[in-house]
Order: sequence, then structure tokens, then C-alpha cells
Amino acid sequence: MNNTRNVPMVSRVMTSLLCAALLAGCAAAPSRDDPFEPMNRASYAVHEVVDGHVVKPIAQAYVDYTPRLVRQGISNFFGNIDDMFSFVNDVLQNKPEKAGNDLGRVITNTGFGLFGLIDIASEAGIPKGNEDFGQTFGYWGIPQGPYLFIPLLGPTTVRDGSGWIIRAYTTPIGYIPDVPVRNILWGIGYLNERAQALQAESILDQAALDRYTFIRRAYLQRREYLVHDGAPPPPKDGDE
Amino acid sequence: MTIDRRSSAAPVQKNVAMRAFACARAAACVMLMALALPALAQEAPDALVKRVSQEALQIIKTDPKVQAGDQARIRELIETKLTPHFDIDRMTALAAGRAYRSATPEQKKRLGEEFKTLLIRTYSSALNQYRDQTIEYKPLRMDPAATDTVVRTEVVRPGQAPVQIDYSMGKTPEGWKAYDVIVGGVSLVTNYRDEFTQQVQAGGVDGLIKSLAAKNAGGSGK
Repeated sequence: MNNTRNVPMVSRVMTSLLCAALLAGCAAAPSRDDPFEPMNRASYAVHEVVDGHVVKPIAQAYVDYTPRLVRQGISNFFGNIDDMFSFVNDVLQNKPEKAGNDLGRVITNTGFGLFGLIDIASEAGIPKGNEDFGQTFGYWGIPQGPYLFIPLLGPTTVRDGSGWIIRAYTTPIGYIPDVPVRNILWGIGYLNERAQALQAESILDQAALDRYTFIRRAYLQRREYLVHDGAPPPPKDGDE
Repeated sequence: MTIDRRSSAAPVQKNVAMRAFACARAAACVMLMALALPALAQEAPDALVKRVSQEALQIIKTDPKVQAGDQARIRELIETKLTPHFDIDRMTALAAGRAYRSATPEQKKRLGEEFKTLLIRTYSSALNQYRDQTIEYKPLRMDPAATDTVVRTEVVRPGQAPVQIDYSMGKTPEGWKAYDVIVGGVSLVTNYRDEFTQQVQAGGVDGLIKSLAAKNAGGSGK
């Protein structure tokens, strides 16, 4: 009960959506990446309206009016939390060298970098990892499952979304006792993520014939690449 | 008879030596040319990627029109500096898959042109975004006889995670040309394959050409 109270509404909504998707997934043809395309496209349409009218303008204003140094600090702070999860998942994937790097980063940046606001570890040349629970599932051979598009959260799959939920329930931000502080941090973290996607999004606008399809393929390719640490197996020939 | 032979032997030998020397010189000249020509036309793939991208970055950083965001100038630069190093036909064939094989030569030509325009426009918006980037080039390990390779680079941006950009390249009569760009694990060609398949299913190859043309004429994606 305590834990659920600490987790934002979106995560709880996602949990129920994922459960529904998992149940429905059993009936769907497993050959396609996106068996719920009609539902996902509807979600995407909702997302476009809400994001386009509310979230994106706020994120743009945040980029335009916040000093770069402040944004960098915020990005580093949440990046430090990412590093904690990278460490956990390095361990879960039995990658000791990466685990050492990521743990070293967290200790350095938390201890000497004002709780992660300054990324001293990168300056010192400790490479930043990029592992999460979704990748750990992939590492151990769990298939990605159906593709999902969640309004305001974006593209995911049943596997990666399950990873998100674990993270949402375990992130240190959820354990901050002061409710307003916790909620503000959730908000800033979300804004930070959204702002970082703005650049790529403007390229997407130019590149895509159908944004939904483009995002889906880009997301699935990217995740496959991350699961295999940059060396994915050659793709199956798509036109057969 | 034996004396005759001996008397003529010396000049013949000299002659042979001279001819051999002349031949060697000619051969050397041909070899030099043969070596020099591929050095110009068949520049090694990693050297090519490095030279072209450095030139492009240099122009982005110094050209006042590009700095001012002059889209026409940016496109002109891409068209003259970058697209000659891309194998647009091969990219189109890969992206359109089965539909390409059954398309008429006229359709192939138009499809290639529209796709090229789309790629140029996409690339120019990408260049606009990433001005303060530096590029690191990974060492290339390649069999000298190979006709296909991947050149790996990494774009480093201040304060952000680096992005891997790989170029799949094939050897053509006009030198090495890229036929795919893979950004952070996302292959451009694979991405467009889904898009193209969807358009072809909806309206055939002509439908695909039409939607590409509409996109290029300024319409935004759904």
C-alpha cells in the first residue's frame, strides 16, 4: 500500500494496461510486432493531441528559458538515477566490468558531484552505461512481446513496459517522504525526458511518411540494438 | 653456324635488355597510373567518410549562409557534397524491397528521385540540430578485397551520451558509396522499409511515389 502511494498515476494506469495487453496478447498472432495496432494508433492519436498542445510547448519553453547549465544539472541528476539502475541491471546481466563502471559513476557523482548534479565521472572518463530492466529481460531471452504505444509515455513493448513498472516502483524518488517534493521531482524528471526528445523529434517530422510507423520501427530497432549491446544479430529479410 | 650465332648473340642480348628496361618503364608508368587512379576514385571507405564528414562540418561551422539557417544553401551543399557518396538506387531498392523489383524503370527513376529529396531534407534538418558536434572515427578492420563494409563513427555532443553513427558501404565503379546509415542502432533503410511497405499496400508503387512527393512538397507526416 505504501509503495503504490509513492508511484505516480501513470505507472498505475500502465500496469493495468499492460495486464490487459498481456491477456489479449495470448490470443494475438505472434508473428507481428504490433498485434494491437488499432488500439495503439488510437493511443497515439490521443498522445499527439495532449502532447502537442500541452507537454511539448512546456518542454520547448523549458529549453528556451532555462539556462543551459541548470538544464545540464537537472539532466545529470536524473542521469545519476539512470546510472543506479544501469548498475543493478549490469549485475543482473552478469557484466562485472560495466557494473564496476556504473557503480563507480554513482559513487563519484553522488558523493562528489552534489547528489549527481555534476557529472564528474564523465569528466574523469568513466563511460556511462545504458542498461535497464527491459534489456535485462531481453538479455535472458525473454521476447519483446507486443508493441505498445502509451499516451504521454510513448513507445514500449510488454517486456520493456514491465521493466518501466519495476523501475517506477523502485526508483529512489518514490521513497522521498515529502509528497510535494516527490511530485515536483517526478514532474521535472518527466520534463527533462521530454525536452531531450525535442531534437530527434524535429528530424522525425521531416523524415517520416507516417510518424506512427516510423516511431515504431525506430523504437524496436533501438531496443534490439541496446539489448545486444550494439551488436544485434543481422535482421531477418523484411520483404520475404 | 655456331660462330654466326655467337656474333649475333651480344647485340640480341643488349637489345633484349633494353627492351626489357623499356618494358619495365612502361609497366611502371602503367602501374603508377593504376595505383594513382584508384587512389582518387577508390578512396578507402573510412578515409572517404572522414574526409566528406569533416568537409561538411567545416562548411557548417564557417559558411555564413548555413549559420543563418538558409535551407536552400544547406540543401545545395548536401546535394553537391554528400549525395554523390550515397548509392541512392541501392537504398531505394532496399527500402522498397519486393515492390522495387516489380516496378517499371520509370517508376524506379521517380521513386529514387523522390527518396533522394526526402533524404536530403531529413539530413539538412539533422545538420541543423547538431551543429556543435564532433565526430570520432573508429578504426576500420577490413579485408582489402572486400566489396562491402561498415564504417563506424561516434558523434560526441557536449554533456550528452555519444551517438553511434555507422555507414554501410559498398564498392561501386565510382568508388565506395554508402547504402545505409545506422544511427544509434536505427537503420534508415530498415525504417523506411516499413513505411514503404505500408504505402505500397495502400496504393501501389504509384501511391508510394505520390506520398513521397506530397511529403517533399511540404506536407508533414501524420
